[in-house]
Amino acid sequence: MTLLDAARGPVLQLALAIFAFGVAWRLSSLLLLPFARDKSLPRTGAPPAAFAALREILRRSWPQKSFGRASLFMTVNSYVFHLGLALIVFAFAPHILFIKSLFGVSWGNLPNNVIYAVAVVTVASLAAALIRRISNPVQRIISTFDDYVAWFVTLLPVLTGLAAASHLIARYETLLAIHILSVALFLAWLPFGKLMHAFLVFVTRGMTGAYLSRRGAQL
Amino acid sequence: MSSDVDINAAAGKFLKLAEGHLAAYAEACVKCGQCADACHFYVASGDPRYTPAYKLFPMAKAVRRQKWPLAWLGLAPRLTRDDLAQWEELLFDSCTLCGRCTIVCPMGIDIAGIVSASRQAFVAAGLGPKDLLQAADNARDKGSPLGVTPSVLAERIDWIKDEHEVEIPLDKAKAGILLTLSSVELMKYPDSVAAMAKLLNHAGVDWTLSSKGYEATNFGYLAGEMDIAKVMVERITAAAEAVGAATVVIPECGHAYGALRWSGANLLGRPLPYEVLHITEMLARLKRAGRLKLRPTEASITYHDPCQISRRGGATAEARFLLDGFATDFREMSPTGNYNWCCGGGGGVQAIGRAAELRYQAFKIKMDQVEKTGAKTMISACSNCRLTMDESKEHWKWQGGLGSLVELIADHLAEPEAKPAQAR
Ligand code: SF4
Ligand code: SF4
Repeated sequence: MTLLDAARGPVLQLALAIFAFGVAWRLSSLLLLPFARDKSLPRTGAPPAAFAALREILRRSWPQKSFGRASLFMTVNSYVFHLGLALIVFAFAPHILFIKSLFGVSWGNLPNNVIYAVAVVTVASLAAALIRRISNPVQRIISTFDDYVAWFVTLLPVLTGLAAASHLIARYETLLAIHILSVALFLAWLPFGKLMHAFLVFVTRGMTGAYLSRRGAQL
Repeated sequence: MSSDVDINAAAGKFLKLAEGHLAAYAEACVKCGQCADACHFYVASGDPRYTPAYKLFPMAKAVRRQKWPLAWLGLAPRLTRDDLAQWEELLFDSCTLCGRCTIVCPMGIDIAGIVSASRQAFVAAGLGPKDLLQAADNARDKGSPLGVTPSVLAERIDWIKDEHEVEIPLDKAKAGILLTLSSVELMKYPDSVAAMAKLLNHAGVDWTLSSKGYEATNFGYLAGEMDIAKVMVERITAAAEAVGAATVVIPECGHAYGALRWSGANLLGRPLPYEVLHITEMLARLKRAGRLKLRPTEASITYHDPCQISRRGGATAEARFLLDGFATDFREMSPTGNYNWCCGGGGGVQAIGRAAELRYQAFKIKMDQVEKTGAKTMISACSNCRLTMDESKEHWKWQGGLGSLVELIADHLAEPEAKPAQAR
């Protein structure tokens, strides 16, 4: 079995299994906790909790207007690399083919050159995020080892993907294998660190939305 | 640090609270730092330790140690005494539970809720500022944080009645409305008590005070001592049940409103057998029913939203409704309403002596906001905000005027005392 076969086969399968099991474990360990029922009388006209939760999940995707200028860099930069990552994963032709081979569904893609440009911007944006994390006193004091690990395992697949696509340094098969291994690392690590926020964001936004809307507080 | 700090009690309490519903909050922070700019303590001092996200650390550490799937690898260290020693100031002195950070956090983490819960763990470990804890003990043992016992209450009320020539019913056998008081008002702002009495009498409301349950403030709640918090709710509930009140009115006090309106039933363990209204909600209701006859005021004023009434309480609109058509030169600060900056002394911080300097610093934001409106006076609907602001004003020798919304309204009754006890 070549390195590429191993990466594409058992390693990726193991990583996907850890990912699925880990996410399920962490979500269920949170959501299956006995939620204490709030006995306070909701404000007249307060929306149902499920609606309020959903509304908050959507609404917090945009920055609050009164805080528009606070940490403007962080807000903009975060949009850039999140959107960049999403485009690379879901709009790059080889990725779509790969997803089709796994799940049998597919959709249209963006031209490869566009994706390469997006990847370069994403790398720059992630680099800027790291520089800011280290140089900004607020971000530095609240950051832990986990934040740097998360940064690293996110950057790695983008870099190795760019390398593989450009056929630089080494044989394409080797570069592709390394790229897939880095994706496996990302997937396997996701449930255990801050990357889990990809799922927790729905839980925390929803909880706060339901909790404050019950009071009639306008968020 | 002294050895009587019970670290296991703290860790246990953190976990218990996390299981309630806070675990997700404790684990979800992406360390973006956006919340720093929302917090007056960070903005006023520039000290990154005051970043709201940093205040999540003890809770997050305790949860991670116990719940993290990879904890068995030894990568999730224990909470230490040192941690608790370092974070005590951050969780008590430098958080007013104002909830501004909750509004800005892109993850929607309720940091204020975590701080409030973390205080319980600190208190379980034997930590917490002595003066804040003393205020809570006083409330349990004497009836009020400032030592207002039922007999002191009766004396003060008699004095206010004479001084202001206003009828104040105490311990009426039956009444539709039970009014509660903040001992800050009783001892420092008695005009505010007289003002509420005048307004309720003017509107012909059937109301009373009760020596069974008169203290609206809940320092047990602020200090993280939930057994005391519960006692305070039980007293008001017993008083309301005894007089058969359908409504309990909270005076100008922010946290008192939050503690009873939104946490009261949960502390009591059953739905409250009465509705809870803040005095601004009560007055707005009377105004809507045409029972408040006011002379307009031309004074230039701005309104300070108490965090627990507006942003965290949901009653932002009531004060505006009261001012509408009454204060002809009303000017909003920017930001205002749900985004308003805190006075710097909510969440029990006012009662923590060593936090005075921090409060003064935070108040600079407020002074600047008021000056930008050009208004001569800033009124509020919380006596705790008012006390904080009066002290900070004194510290900075600030020229701006401070006042109470309820007093302003009571001073402008169209027919003062014309129909004192018209029963409706
Ligand atoms: S609740 Fe208010 S005082 Fe406390 S951390 Fe958040 S913004 Fe700061
Ligand atoms: S804004 Fe929210 S996610 Fe960002 S650092 Fe603060 S608490 Fe964490």
